[in-house]
Amino acid sequence: MLTISRDLVDKIIEHARKDHPDEACGVIAGRDGVPERFIPMENAERSPTFYRFDSMEQFRVWREMDDRDEEPVVIYHSHTATEAYPSRTDVSYASEPNAHYVLVSTRDENDVEFRSYRIVDGVVTEEEVRIV
Amino acid sequence: MAVEVRIPTILRTYTGGAKAVKAEGSTLDELIADLEARHPGIKERLVEEGSLRRFVNVYLNDEDVRFLGGLETPVSDGDTVTVLPAVAGGAR
Repeated sequence: MLTISRDLVDKIIEHARKDHPDEACGVIAGRDGVPERFIPMENAERSPTFYRFDSMEQFRVWREMDDRDEEPVVIYHSHTATEAYPSRTDVSYASEPNAHYVLVSTRDENDVEFRSYRIVDGVVTEEEVRIV
Repeated sequence: MAVEVRIPTILRTYTGGAKAVKAEGSTLDELIADLEARHPGIKERLVEEGSLRRFVNVYLNDEDVRFLGGLETPVSDGDTVTVLPAVAGGAR
């Protein structure tokens, strides 16, 4: 289960809406599995169907997390024309077995879908999201 | 002295859980060969058909090796090599 504050959920949705129709992506860093620090990332692909963190930005952010004893608790991205479910591409590149993979869909501008998954060894498991 | 290689979570199964390991070589290619000798299986996760895998980022100190010389990039004692899987995906 992902437990996350309303404030962080709102920030993810706001980022996804702002970058629509391109996919938005980012990280929430934290300790002991608790998401705390919101880090919106550049989508180096600037694409409506693909995202990739800019490699140098990722390096800086990952090193900063390391220095602060944080980990990427949440890795989020948006789908802008399809449902908030991991695609085959998402599954094949998922590389943080300890992260909650959050997907939001902005295809319906009035009703943003917000869902969370674990992706380990190619297996997707949806989990409950508890907003506090 | 040797080169310190920082290993991402997903590849620590090859390093007995270690976050950083030592390896030697004068180029990134040699370094990865040495890494493979010490931690069998890891090379295949980094290299494909003679070049770095597209969705693996490798940094020499603070630079992405793609902007240096890829596998031909020279490395020296005291350098730090960081491996990070690219974070990528998408609806396509």
